[in-house]
Amino acid sequence: MIRWLVNALDDRLGSSTFLRHALRKAFPDHWSFMLGELAAYCFIFIVATGTYLAFFFHPSDVPVIYHGPIRSLDGRSMTEGYASVLQLSYGPAIGLVIRQAHHWCADVFVAAVVVHMGRIFFTGAFRRPRELNWVIGLTMLLLVMLDGFTGYSLPGDNLSGGGLRIANSIALSIPLIGSWLAYLLFGGTFPTHDVTSRLFPIHVLFLPVAIGALLGLHVAILWHQKHTQFPGKGKTERNVVGSPLFPHYALKSLALMLSTFGVLLLMGGLIEINPVWEYGPYDPWTLASPAQPDWYIGWLEGALRVAPRWALRFPGHTIGAPFWPAVFMPAVLFGLLYLWPVIEQFFTRDDAEHELLQFPWQNPARMAFGVGILTYMALLLGAGSDDVQARIWQIDVQEIAWGYRIAIVTLPFIAALFAWLICRELQRRHAEDKPNRVLLIRSQDGGFEEERVSTP
Amino acid sequence: MMTVLAAAILAASNALGAALYAAHCSSCHGADLKGTGNGPSLQHAGAAAVDFMLRTGRMPLEVPDTEPLPAPAQLTSSQIEAIVAFTVAHGAGGGPPIPSVRPSDALARGRVVFDGNCQACHGALGTGAVAGYGWLAPPLYGDDATQIAEAIRFGPGIMPHFDSRLISDDDLDALVAYVGTFRHPPDIGGYSVEASGPVGEGLLAWIIGVGTGSIVMVLVGETLRSSPLSSRAKSPPLSSRAQSPPLSSRAKSRDSDQA
Repeated sequence: MIRWLVNALDDRLGSSTFLRHALRKAFPDHWSFMLGELAAYCFIFIVATGTYLAFFFHPSDVPVIYHGPIRSLDGRSMTEGYASVLQLSYGPAIGLVIRQAHHWCADVFVAAVVVHMGRIFFTGAFRRPRELNWVIGLTMLLLVMLDGFTGYSLPGDNLSGGGLRIANSIALSIPLIGSWLAYLLFGGTFPTHDVTSRLFPIHVLFLPVAIGALLGLHVAILWHQKHTQFPGKGKTERNVVGSPLFPHYALKSLALMLSTFGVLLLMGGLIEINPVWEYGPYDPWTLASPAQPDWYIGWLEGALRVAPRWALRFPGHTIGAPFWPAVFMPAVLFGLLYLWPVIEQFFTRDDAEHELLQFPWQNPARMAFGVGILTYMALLLGAGSDDVQARIWQIDVQEIAWGYRIAIVTLPFIAALFAWLICRELQRRHAEDKPNRVLLIRSQDGGFEEERVSTP
Repeated sequence: MMTVLAAAILAASNALGAALYAAHCSSCHGADLKGTGNGPSLQHAGAAAVDFMLRTGRMPLEVPDTEPLPAPAQLTSSQIEAIVAFTVAHGAGGGPPIPSVRPSDALARGRVVFDGNCQACHGALGTGAVAGYGWLAPPLYGDDATQIAEAIRFGPGIMPHFDSRLISDDDLDALVAYVGTFRHPPDIGGYSVEASGPVGEGLLAWIIGVGTGSIVMVLVGETLRSSPLSSRAKSPPLSSRAQSPPLSSRAKSRDSDQA
């Protein structure tokens, strides 16, 4: 019966040739090649849990009076959306577990994307012919961060509202189009009754579909171009050494998928995240402290906290202070990352196709740039929670902010310098350990020629 | 007879209060309660202020000009009563008296007052937070209802004071009742990561989420690589790539040069 079904399908689709190749496709064995898969499984998990949540969430800012199990909110006026999140969280179904797992997944998702991107960057996997996939991946990172922020903003609790207030100010600070953009997104002067109903389709439809489409493209290009691999015995620019997709790699991947889902569900069931019932409904005249965004937006929060207040006033037009840290700086930063394959090609004059990866120390300049950027982002992230650190360490928050300001303009360069020096030292040692190999090339007329090949 | 006894007790209490004041307070606040270079005047400070400072252990302060921090009370309850009585009798009256807090179950009312007036500094979960000008608003878990009410009425440090025109006595009772719930937060979602909000959550997402993911990747990679199942697969070279691999193309081009 199964055989008949398979044959019938094959006759119509001609799939067996494709499958025979696909199932034997080689996947490199190194564990870091699965980081991207962790992100992909997070995407599947977040779509699944998000679909369940969408059954119960009411994307509405219409005010309602709450009556329910939370006594301290009884009789309180709140948005219908916030009330539906409370009901979902306190309801008898597994709503709270799914909601928390969904939120945990968002935090893990972006972290997995960042680590995956770090692996791609530091091993030079983005080099020709894979620049396009670098660009697609970076775009997905931006979309995932944006989707995370819209999700953080949906429930209508005090943190959500505070975050949206900041987003509104950032939009307003953009030169020329700022006011139009803010009105388009919020439908009026903040706060409005249209925020949640506008964020909802962006969060559950537009961004996930865009991410899904790019993810498909990302994997299709990867499939077509094949994996890169670390240099080593038997690995050349012309092959891929590893385990076949079936059964080996499929088993590995299945294990990763199931453990990812399991860990996320466990976190959702055991560790509290974003307890919106404790933050209370958003009243525009109140703001809780400490107030932080989720970690992947924390670097923007930090930039806003430590940046100088440069508001440029022209006759008839003002460029608001948030523009520089929250729009201009990220644009430059991500512009640099987008262009990095081109920048590196320009400086190294290396536009050959690369199927073999580099070890991070083999390119000190790239390593220095990457370490510098990561240090910079980490410091901004730290600055975004300076008030929490002030409470824990019992120090004046202004002193901490100044510490971060000084660190942000110095430490990235120092870290980059150290990374560069360490790479140079490693290069020197490897050169000492392994003398250069000599490649003997025989030409067609029988002559021999030597060529020195540097060993990795 | 009774009045004589009461007067005697009062006199004894006054004498005790005077002695305690002289021993613990006068070096900074002055024998006349008008302050010295080391400490502020207590005139019109109010019984609530004196009682709060002593019962929360903020006073007596060992080193003048340092920030008074919460600590276990250094004096007994009757000693504190005596000092309060002495200071009120010598000019500290006139400020807010010690409020008497009645039990209240108007938690929702209390929460509205808290959200509007308190959470900006003390945090939505009563954890305490940055209050500005180098001050930290303390956490609200430890104090008794009366001390919380006293602080609201007289405003220690840079905290504003809220008199009964701003927060009525009924609202005060409700507010104190709501603040009392912070001691036992519902935590219906599980471990609350020390109520640190997105900061602790982000940290755990990295440690647990990415951490366990990486461990699984390393484990399955190693296990399957060394299993007898493992047969190495080599994918055939891509046709597009065969035309321009760096090493062979160089050899080829050299051939063509020679030809």
